[in-house]
Amino acid sequence: MARVLLFGRLADAAGWRERTVEADSLSALRAALTASDAQLGEALAGPGVQAAVDKTILRGDAPLTAASEVAFLPPMSGG
Amino acid sequence: MSVTLQAEPFEPGAVLTAFTAGRTETGAVASFTGIARAEAGAATALELEAYPGFTDIEITRIGAAAAARWSLQDWLVVHRVGQIAPGEPVVFVATASRHRREAFEACDHLMDYLKSRAPFWKKEHGPDGARWIEPTDRDRTDAQRWET
Repeated sequence: MARVLLFGRLADAAGWRERTVEADSLSALRAALTASDAQLGEALAGPGVQAAVDKTILRGDAPLTAASEVAFLPPMSGG
Repeated sequence: MSVTLQAEPFEPGAVLTAFTAGRTETGAVASFTGIARAEAGAATALELEAYPGFTDIEITRIGAAAAARWSLQDWLVVHRVGQIAPGEPVVFVATASRHRREAFEACDHLMDYLKSRAPFWKKEHGPDGARWIEPTDRDRTDAQRWET
């Protein structure tokens, strides 16, 4: 289980910004999100989209707990 | 040394006055204010999204690195989030050092970072709808000036 946050155009595309998802790893979370919304799954795997677990950007997989916060970040635009 | 992300408008003059007060060993304070443009009616509002607890920490890390590189005595960033109307200040940066060159350069550097790489997501609202803005080539080349 993890708290999932979407930012920028990802939130617009999905129609939500925050949701709790049952998953025990980042790869399982991506699979669950893709299963419920194929378009979102594609957007999450798109160029420049980064994943942060507990506010640290990660490449590759990571275990998740009920307390984990996963954020999907599209390319940062600056202010 | 502070980073403030806020939804409310701010008055840059008041922030600069407070930042400058009581400095007897600071020879130079440089500051920059970025203001939302109307683009001749094409932009009715700017919307900025940040990730609280991530965006502020990232800006603090860059600010601390700039402070070390230019021997700053102090620095400050105020950045708006949420809906910003044309004419309103979006960002304010101030730097303090013994001599002017360090204050100017660090302020310029921090603005290049904030405009190109800081974790914000920017949407421009106009008469024809809204669109997400990605960094411009100019923003990227400006930021690359500091990679030495």
